[in-house]
Amino acid sequence: MSDALQKPINTKVIKELLDINDSARIRTWLSICASCGLCAESCFFYLAKNKDPKLSPAYKVRTTLKELYRRKGEVDREFLEKCYNIIWGECTACRRCSLFCPFGIDISVMIVTMRGICHSQGIAPAGLLKASDNYRASGNQMAMSKEDFVETCTWMAEETAEEMRGLEIPIDKQGARIMYTVNAREPMYYPQDIAMMAKIFTVAEEDWTMPSTGWDDTNLAMFAGDKALAGQIVKNMYTKALELGVQAIAITECGHAYRSALFEGPYMLGYRDGKPPLPIVHSVRLFYEYLRNGRIKIDPDKMLEEPVTYQDPCNVSRNGGLWEEGRAIMKYIAKDFREMTPNSIYNHCCGGGGGFIPMGAEFKKRRIESGRIKAEQIKATGAKIVISPCHNCYDQIKDLNTEYNLGVKVIQFKEVISEAMIVPEKFRPVDTDDEEAQD
Amino acid sequence: MNDFYEFLTGPALWAAFIVFIVGLIVRLTYLYGISKERDRVLYNHVNVKWAIRSIVHWLIPLGSVGLRNQPVFAIAFFLFHICLLGVPIFLLAHNMLWQEAFGVGLPSLPDSIADALTVVFLLAAAVLLLRRIIRAEVRFLSTAWDYFLLILTSAPFVTGFLAYHQIGPYKLTMILHVLFAEILLIIIPFSKLGHIFLFFFSRVSFGFEMGRRGARTW
Repeated sequence: MSDALQKPINTKVIKELLDINDSARIRTWLSICASCGLCAESCFFYLAKNKDPKLSPAYKVRTTLKELYRRKGEVDREFLEKCYNIIWGECTACRRCSLFCPFGIDISVMIVTMRGICHSQGIAPAGLLKASDNYRASGNQMAMSKEDFVETCTWMAEETAEEMRGLEIPIDKQGARIMYTVNAREPMYYPQDIAMMAKIFTVAEEDWTMPSTGWDDTNLAMFAGDKALAGQIVKNMYTKALELGVQAIAITECGHAYRSALFEGPYMLGYRDGKPPLPIVHSVRLFYEYLRNGRIKIDPDKMLEEPVTYQDPCNVSRNGGLWEEGRAIMKYIAKDFREMTPNSIYNHCCGGGGGFIPMGAEFKKRRIESGRIKAEQIKATGAKIVISPCHNCYDQIKDLNTEYNLGVKVIQFKEVISEAMIVPEKFRPVDTDDEEAQD
Repeated sequence: MNDFYEFLTGPALWAAFIVFIVGLIVRLTYLYGISKERDRVLYNHVNVKWAIRSIVHWLIPLGSVGLRNQPVFAIAFFLFHICLLGVPIFLLAHNMLWQEAFGVGLPSLPDSIADALTVVFLLAAAVLLLRRIIRAEVRFLSTAWDYFLLILTSAPFVTGFLAYHQIGPYKLTMILHVLFAEILLIIIPFSKLGHIFLFFFSRVSFGFEMGRRGARTW
């Protein structure tokens, strides 16, 4: 936990936040929860810990936000420490519980509200606070400079141009159709992800650009409960997109980035109409459209042969409405597609969301323990490959693979599509043999 | 006893209904007032289809996975609510009182059916009570208030049943019947029993919140 836990509690600030958040919905939810307990069985934390009743979503809210309102904000550090453990250590804001509540109570909204209150007192996981510093200093989670970023893109373009003629990674192209944004880990640790996307865009003949700033679509400040910074991060993207005059912002294969940019961002920024200034599209939707419209065709010989399963990221499927698109893509690229049970809207959170991954070592043990549910789901499918269009799921499932010996490989759509797609003649390099050519 | 009964079915009944109605109006008006600033989600993403789907899927017995996973609870839960609303509103004895007092009344159930439904209600209430005690996650969440409200809600049915069948001291049973019902009416606007109306508000809210994400609305 951060050192800030030693500072005195500012009750005045807490009361102000309680007042601002004393909305019709929160008041109603806190009042009408009938203690029916249906939410308990929906939550993977509860299930993984042998149905410990302290892990029912209703209980988590009662002991944190409801109690805080009851005490009118007059609490001590010990109370907030207890809350810290619950709101960051026992909930990923996946919203599965809301599907089981007869009233449709949105527990995740209340957990996130509580995060905001703790954050105001300097209480938040150290890993997320560190990332927040990075965003403030450099505009991105990884403290990558603009020069380094542009250089990485240029480097990837050069390398990949050898494999694909006409491939470009345009930076700051005015009036392009799409402004593509990435998870900061991509330019930092997995630059080949950017190259893969560039290949896909080239074959799909997409009019796209990378922005030189506002390119990081992650939002760890949102997980930290830092509403102001979280809003600013999203604004950086909006501002750049409007400056470039693009028609839409595209989000890489990341879950919370989509949720942040399209749904939470406008409210964090206080936009009265709750809408972003321009359309925002997720990679899953883009891939789906390319495949459905035939802009990308998959070579049947390069489809995945081994059994594959699909990890529905909470923020892409349940909270993003893209579960059908994800499945449709699977049918194009996999010969042996096996569903997890449950799946689609009812899929369990991988256990790595809500900031759990970037929270680091402090919560790793918990993350792995509660991930048992996901691990068991994967094992039950008998799949050898897990596809997940979300970076947090990707990391979490990789960790689960190690800890639970699942024997799976985790990949993202862009990897499969870029390798299995048919490259039209005009994009193939001039001086290689065409013996494997297929038209 | 007679005076007390006159009081309970006279001024006290008026007071109870007034508190019930005014209390609900005040609560709903207040919530509406604060929602205009603090719940923009409710106004920015209005879609009637989403609202209806969200409501309907939880108004039908097994319309959602949560209920399908606990079918005994689901059935008890529905019977409880259907009888809770249906019996008092369509009871012949009640409608006769309305007729006498105001000259209007609703169509009534035959007494034998109302009687049977009362028994169904009490069985359903018993199932809900037992569930609360037996299931660990529900027991853990349950407060004394939850148990009290369940018993209070059942009390008018128990006393009504006893009175109708003339079991026990009739006058006392009738007094308790009216008294419990009045206490219930007064508590409704100020407690979780406000879910009579707030169920719809909460479901609609969830419908809009999910619908705007292209997600499933219930």
